[in-house]
Amino acid sequence: MQRRRLGIILAIALLLAPAAARAVEPDEVLAEPRLEARARALSSEFRCLVCQNQSIDDSDAPLAKDLRILIRERLKAGASDSQIREFMVERYGDFVLLRPRLTSETLLLWFTPFALLLAGLIFAIRAGLRQDTASPAEAPLSEEERGRVEKVSRQ
Amino acid sequence: MIAELGHLALVLALATALYQTSVPLYGASTGDLRLMQAAVPAALCQLALIAFAFAALTWSYVNSDFSLANVYANSHTAKPLIYKISGVWGNHEGSMLLWVLILALNGAAVALAGGNLPPGLKARVLAVQGSIGVAFLLFIIIASNPFDRLDPAPIEGRGLNPLLQDPALAFHPPFLYGGYVGLSVAFSFAVAALIEGKVDAAWARWVRPWTLAAWMFLTIGIAMGSWWAYYELGWGGFWFWDPVENASLMPWLAATALLHSAIVVEKRNALKIWTVLLAILAFSLSLVGTFLVRSGVLTSVHAFAVDPTRGVFILGILGFFIGGALALYAWRAGSLKPGGLFQPVSREGALVLNNVILGAAAAAVFIGTLYPLALEAVAGDKISVGPPYFNLTFVPLILPLLLLVPLGPLMPWKRSDLKGVTERLQAAAGIALLIGVATFAIRARGPWLAPFGIALGAWLIAGSFTDIVERCQLGRMPTTAALKRLAGLPGAAWGMALAHAGLGIVLIGIVGVTAWREERIMVMKPGDAVSLAGLDVTYVGATPFTGPNYTADRGRFVVRRDGQEITTLEPEKREFQPGRQVTSEVGLHQFLTGDLYIVMGEGRSGGGRSVRIYFNPLASLIWFGALVMFIGGAVSLTDRRYRIGAPRRRPRLAVKPAEQG
Repeated sequence: MQRRRLGIILAIALLLAPAAARAVEPDEVLAEPRLEARARALSSEFRCLVCQNQSIDDSDAPLAKDLRILIRERLKAGASDSQIREFMVERYGDFVLLRPRLTSETLLLWFTPFALLLAGLIFAIRAGLRQDTASPAEAPLSEEERGRVEKVSRQ
Repeated sequence: MIAELGHLALVLALATALYQTSVPLYGASTGDLRLMQAAVPAALCQLALIAFAFAALTWSYVNSDFSLANVYANSHTAKPLIYKISGVWGNHEGSMLLWVLILALNGAAVALAGGNLPPGLKARVLAVQGSIGVAFLLFIIIASNPFDRLDPAPIEGRGLNPLLQDPALAFHPPFLYGGYVGLSVAFSFAVAALIEGKVDAAWARWVRPWTLAAWMFLTIGIAMGSWWAYYELGWGGFWFWDPVENASLMPWLAATALLHSAIVVEKRNALKIWTVLLAILAFSLSLVGTFLVRSGVLTSVHAFAVDPTRGVFILGILGFFIGGALALYAWRAGSLKPGGLFQPVSREGALVLNNVILGAAAAAVFIGTLYPLALEAVAGDKISVGPPYFNLTFVPLILPLLLLVPLGPLMPWKRSDLKGVTERLQAAAGIALLIGVATFAIRARGPWLAPFGIALGAWLIAGSFTDIVERCQLGRMPTTAALKRLAGLPGAAWGMALAHAGLGIVLIGIVGVTAWREERIMVMKPGDAVSLAGLDVTYVGATPFTGPNYTADRGRFVVRRDGQEITTLEPEKREFQPGRQVTSEVGLHQFLTGDLYIVMGEGRSGGGRSVRIYFNPLASLIWFGALVMFIGGAVSLTDRRYRIGAPRRRPRLAVKPAEQG
C-alpha cells in the first residue's frame, strides 16, 4: 500500500517539477553541517532509480529530490547510516545500492579482480623460478642459427 | 542523388574489403607476391570509397537534407555549422560510419607506411584489417544504414541533443574512435603473427608505434570526454564510472599494458606470447566498448531484448573476432618460441608487474561494468555497481603501480638490484616527502590521505625525471657536456618521462578536487555575496537573451579577492528550441590554485535564484596532465629507431578524422 501511495506522489511530483534543477537544492540543505555531510555521503551511495547511472546526490530528477529529503528527515530523527541503507533496500531492493552488498551473488564481483592480481603474481613468480633453474644454459642454437653464425665468422 | 552515391560507395567498399581479405591471404599462403601486393591498392581504394560515403553524409548534414532519416532525426536548420558537421557522428549510424572511416584510414596508413614490412606479414596484416572492415561495413549496410530516405521529406529536423552541442564533445568521438580503432592495427599484427607463427623484435618495433598512436588518441579522447562532463553536465564531477566511460577506460588500460610489454619484446625478445595475447585483448576491449555503447544493452537488458537486431549483430562480430583470434591463439601460441631470460628484479620483471597490475585493474573495470548485465541475464536479479565499487577495487589495485612507476625505468635489463635503484631515487623521494609535509601544513583540514596523494603525484613527477637527470649525468659532468647529452637523449626517454610525469600531474589534480572541494548551495538575490576559498562572489542579476537556437537567462557574478575585482562570470540557463530541453552553461574561471565553478539554477519567487558555487582546487591539472601524457606519446613517436629501416616514409599515424568534416 505504502509503495503505491509513494508511486502516486511521485507521478504528481514528476508532472509538477520544474524541468531541471541541479541536484541538491538550497531548501534541502540541513542546518547542522555534520548531519548534512552524512546526508551527502549517504545519498551518493544510492542510485537514482529513474536515471541512467546517477546517484540521487547528482540527479535532478524529482524522485531523487524526494529521496534526498527523505534521507535527511530520517537523519534528523536520529537514524543511523545502516538503518537508512536497510530502509532503502527494503523499499527499492538491492538495485538502489551503488555499492553492492557482499552476498553469494556478488562474491565474484568483489573478489575476482584481487584474485586475478594474485594469480598473475603467482604465475609470474613461478615462471621466473622456472627460468632460474633453466638458466644459465640458454637454449642451444638451432640449425639455421648455427649456419648464420658460421657465415658471419667466415666473413 | 548524393546520398545514393554514398550508399553505393559503401557497398563498393564492402566488395573491396572482401577482396582485401581474401586475395592477399591466399597470396601469402601460396607465396604469390603479386596477389600479396594487391592488398595495398585495395586498402587505398577502400579508404577512398568510405571517405566518399562519409563526405556524402556530411554534405547532406551541411545542406540539411531532411529526406535522409538520419539527418532528420539528428539535425536542424538553426543549428550552427560546426554542430551540423559534428552531428554526422553524433548518432548511431553516423558514428559507425566514422568507425569504418578510421579503420580504413589505419589500413591505408599501414599499406603506405609498411614499405619495409616483409611482404607476407604485410599482406596478412592488411587482410585481417580488411576482414574487420567487411564485418562493420556489413553491419552498417544491413542494420545501420545512414542513407535511408524518408518520403515525404519533413520540412524541419528534430535537432541534436543540446548537451552534445559543445566544441569538446564535437571532437571527442573522432579522437576516441581514433584510439579504439587504432588498436585494430595491433590486433591485425597479432593475428598475422599467429598465422605466420613468428614474433620477433622487428614485429614489436612495427606494432609499438601504432599502439602508441592509438593510446595517444584514447588518452586525449577520454580527457576530452571528461572535460565535457566536468563543465557541461554542471555538477563539477570529472569521472563518473559510467559504463560508457568504462568502455573507453578498458582499452586504454590494455593499450597501456601493451605499450609496456611490447618494449620487452622489442628489446629483449621475451614476453612474446603474452604480448600477442594482449594485442588481441586490447582490440577486443575496444569491440566490447563499441558493443556496450552501440547496442543499447546499457540502458537495460530489456531495451536490448526488444530491438536486438543491432546488438546481436555486433555481438556476432564480437564473437567472431574475439573468439576467432583467441582460438587461433590457443592453437598457434605454442609455436612462438619463448625468448630472453631475466631475473625477477629487473626491467623485464618490473614491466611484468606493470602488466599484472594493469590487467587486474582492467578486470575490475570490466567486471564492474558487465556484472550487473550478466547477473540480470543469468539470475534475473538487478543490482547496481557504481562509483563506490570502483573506488574500493580499481583504486587500491592501481595505487601500488603508481608507487612503483619511477622504479621501472631505472632498472637495467636482465638483472638489477633494488638497493641501487632506490639509492638513485633518494632525491625524488625527498622532494615527494617535502611536498607531502608542506601540503599537510597548508591543508590540515580534509582527509588525512590527501597529502599522501599529493606526495605520490610529486614522487611520480620527480621520479620520472630522475631517469633523464641520470642519463645526462647532470651535476656530475660539466654543464655544457651534460646539456649536450640532454639534447642527444632519444625521443623515447623524453617521451616516457613526460608520460609518467603526466600521470603524476593527473593524480595531483584528482586528489585536489576530491579532497578539498568547497561547495555553496543557496538561493541568491541580486546584490547577495558569498565567500569561499578566499574569494567573494557577488550575484549581480540575470538577464534574458536569445541565442541561435535557444533562449537563455544569463547571470552575472562579480568575483573579488580582498576587494579587488578579478573577473565576472556569466553562467547561463538555456532552453533549446526543438524539444525545449534545458541545459546549464557553467561559469568557470581557472585560477592557478583551482577552478571557480558557478551553476545557475531556477529563478525563485521574489527575485531569488538557486545557485551552486564550487571551488575545485587543482582541477585543471587533471586535463593538463592528460595533455602532458599525450605530448609524451608524441615525443616518443619521434624516436629515430622507428624510422630506421623505414627510410622512405615514417609510419604516418595521424588519423585526422576532423579533416574529413
